[in-house]
Amino acid sequence: MSLPADPTLFTLADARDAVTSKRISSKELTKAYIKAVEAARPLNAFITETPERALAMAEASDARLAKDEARPLEGLPLAIKDLFCTKGVRTTAGSRILSNFVPPYESTVTQNLWDAGAVMLGKLNMDEFAMGSSNETSYFKPVINPWRAKNSNQALVPGGSSGGSAAAVSGFLCLGATATDTGGSIRQPAAVTGTVGIKPTYGRCSRWGTVAFASSLDQAGPITRTVRDAAIMLRHMASVDPKDSTSVDVAVPDYEATLENGVKGMRIGIPKEYRIDGAPPEIEALWQKGAEWLKAAGAELVDISLPHTKYALPVYYIVAPAEASSNLARYDGVRYGHRAAGVKDIVDLYEKSRAEGFGAEVRRRILIGTYVLSAGYYDAYYSRAQKLRTLILRDFTEAFAKCDAILTPATPGPAFAMGEKSADPVTMYLNDVFTVTANLAGLPGISVPGGLTADGLPLGLQVIGKAFDEATVFKVGRSLEQGANFTAKPATWWRV
Amino acid sequence: MRSAKQIEGSTGPWEIVIGMEVHAQVSSKSKLFSGAATEFGAEPNAQVSFVDAAMPGMLPVINRYCVEQAVRTGLGLRAAINRVSVFDRKNYFYPDLPAGYQISQYKNPIVGEGEVLIDLPGGETVHVGIERLHLEQDAGKSLHDQHPDHSHVDLNRAGVALMEIVTKPDMRSAEEAAAFLRKLRAILRYLGTCDGNMEEGSMRADVNVSVRKAGAPLGTRCEIKNVNSMRFVAQAVEYEARRQVDILESGGTIRQETRLFDSRAGETRSMRSKEEAHDYRYFPDPDLLPLELDEAFIERIAQSLPELPDDKKSRFIKDYGIPAYDAGVLVAERELADYYEAMTRGADPKLAVNWLNNEILGRLNRDGRSIVDCPVSADANCAILAMITDGTISGKIAKDVLDIVWSEGGDPKQVVETRGLRQVTDTGAIDKAIDAVIAQNPAKVEEVKAKPKLIGWFVGQVMKETGGKANPQVVNDMLKTRLGVPD
Repeated sequence: MSLPADPTLFTLADARDAVTSKRISSKELTKAYIKAVEAARPLNAFITETPERALAMAEASDARLAKDEARPLEGLPLAIKDLFCTKGVRTTAGSRILSNFVPPYESTVTQNLWDAGAVMLGKLNMDEFAMGSSNETSYFKPVINPWRAKNSNQALVPGGSSGGSAAAVSGFLCLGATATDTGGSIRQPAAVTGTVGIKPTYGRCSRWGTVAFASSLDQAGPITRTVRDAAIMLRHMASVDPKDSTSVDVAVPDYEATLENGVKGMRIGIPKEYRIDGAPPEIEALWQKGAEWLKAAGAELVDISLPHTKYALPVYYIVAPAEASSNLARYDGVRYGHRAAGVKDIVDLYEKSRAEGFGAEVRRRILIGTYVLSAGYYDAYYSRAQKLRTLILRDFTEAFAKCDAILTPATPGPAFAMGEKSADPVTMYLNDVFTVTANLAGLPGISVPGGLTADGLPLGLQVIGKAFDEATVFKVGRSLEQGANFTAKPATWWRV
Repeated sequence: MRSAKQIEGSTGPWEIVIGMEVHAQVSSKSKLFSGAATEFGAEPNAQVSFVDAAMPGMLPVINRYCVEQAVRTGLGLRAAINRVSVFDRKNYFYPDLPAGYQISQYKNPIVGEGEVLIDLPGGETVHVGIERLHLEQDAGKSLHDQHPDHSHVDLNRAGVALMEIVTKPDMRSAEEAAAFLRKLRAILRYLGTCDGNMEEGSMRADVNVSVRKAGAPLGTRCEIKNVNSMRFVAQAVEYEARRQVDILESGGTIRQETRLFDSRAGETRSMRSKEEAHDYRYFPDPDLLPLELDEAFIERIAQSLPELPDDKKSRFIKDYGIPAYDAGVLVAERELADYYEAMTRGADPKLAVNWLNNEILGRLNRDGRSIVDCPVSADANCAILAMITDGTISGKIAKDVLDIVWSEGGDPKQVVETRGLRQVTDTGAIDKAIDAVIAQNPAKVEEVKAKPKLIGWFVGQVMKETGGKANPQVVNDMLKTRLGVPD
């Protein structure tokens, strides 16, 4: 197999094989990525670059490789969403309130990656506290999507909240990136940047050391350029963790080993409720195509119903802000993070530090969350939302009696222009319409590139699987990848 | 009908109704949701983990030992143990509450209804219902006296496990309230689940007080926060009940509010009204799964429970034939009960309880000591009692022996021997002493014939003559014969 001359164009799997067979050293590969990262500063994908650390890690990897002590991800340069605490490296969550925070501990997910030999290039930009679908809420300025529409120079958003992760992977700034998904924050940016993103089953990856947004929904996962890469990376992010009571002790299989097993004989559910009014015809058409690819590969298509789907978005926008309003109470300017100057008493300290430290979207969600948990409103909002959440989960349980995986569009449209939706939060929230259900039900979901719009922008397809059945999700994702044969790349316009 | 004390007002008697919320710190080496230590008196912020300081991304993990202690306490309170309970977040901003919420249990506590029996001095037994017991985190401490214009925060206590024990409004007087707290503390100490040390804050009470006319529905209550001694509980109840009666009798109404007890002024003062109360926005903590207990876990704890005060008291009454009141005093402290039981192995149980009540407890009280650091062992007491029984020493000399052993130590028998305290039963020596007393007091000898009670005076004189060593019974008998006083 011939590899591209530019090592930054390698897939993670190719790079792994090249490094372990010593066709390229980790240091060479890492240097190439450090250069690419520097050249891509106009994309604003990174909040903090860590080239020195990357080189030191690469050298350590090369030393291990020389002794034939390579670990599964030995010497592979990755980038980390700035929501994962990294010991000794500033971790901001995209917020002013944590703009000076350097954790004295390492998140379990990143520790797992370093233990597998991976190299850290830096910390990736994101929507503030992972609240957003366009990366425009970051205190560190928006990320720009490497993709542009045909014959246009207009800056597009990379999706969110893992916009930095998606942009870095689609712009060839790293082999893969960690991301997190609370309502679609891995799958939606992956879909609009032509990358692969999987949100695993809730409990698959430890949440310890990852800055919390909504604890019952947050899950870490990878964004990569291929399904195989995602399968490799997830295996080394996932683990049961005694420090996270909600992590689950289910063995993490070798997803890569079963990746090519195909979908022959599988039943793929097509949920009628995911046909929404006003969605562009290209979305519907892509969904059709995806179904045909799977059918052609030997799967059986099954019509299913998920009747409570229409409640998912409202339920999500009650549950997530409620948990966030409580999770973000710790950012009070007392022990770490931004503290307002010239305050007159403790209440003033809280109010000013938080007003200055949080952006508008975060403040909005804290207010919504505080409201829905208030005495007199709890039953009407939070309590009912929890009941509906149970019904949404039941929809899936019943559907999975008839099928092995579910195919849906990943997003209601392609990447949009910066500023286009930021004025109207409800329009922005609609980006999550196809993805929030998997979070509410705790199920694994993958987004795989399906093709381009007439304007030349990527669109994704989503596969939702049964709890802890990521292996099937990867197999179906791989089959879609083969059907789509998606080879388009963004033009590297940012390299001047 | 229970003889609960009522308070007299200008419109007649009023009944006091009291309920309590007791915060008892779980005896555990580490905190409820983190591995940090809990030792009292450490340097500020020396016992704080990343979880306790609510660093970003930190998650709570329940401490199994604290759960066991809560179940153990529940069983000791004869309460229902809930197989499933839920941890909730109680949200409010305060500098000593790092996460901005306290993890507590709101709708589904670990322990449900139970009961505590309290014995009143008159011999009555009052049943105080337990509403619930739940686990929650303690907060840290704000220090306002460390810097002229800054407040400091010590998080050593932040996250320490507390059991909040809530009673039903079943107490009717300050005495009952104090007796309840004493009894609860005794149970907790027997169980080893809380050291009950109110001075160090490991046990604190919030006291709910209302008043009503007999048979009327419950009145509006006021909650008196953080009362930290038995004495203050009684004082706070007395003051608060009187305050409420005065308001009601002058035509006012009681405002539901939180008050604090000023122990120096001996009064309660308003802290905040119901309207100013926080909206805590409780909701289930999504970082923690519901706590599920299996039967085997509960059964194993039930099997390991010690004998509790009520059972011990019944056994003491039955096995040792001692009065209920005495038994109650003995079992109030596990160590005292153990000391007593040790004595019963070498002495008559009734003699032992009297000796303990009259001699030992008095001296301990005088010295400000507890039974644990009593300088005289149970065995030494038995030796003294045995010497009284076999006539080696008199009851009076026995007290002297106790004093010597108390302050100087030593074996009581040796003390008696080396100091020549053995009582004289040799009639010859006593005869001589009687001769001397009769010879010196001819007038009294005449007098005693008409007033036989005067024999006591003669006994005293003879005892003095023999340096207190004569056997008083023998002296008494011999004097009667010599002086011709009938039996």
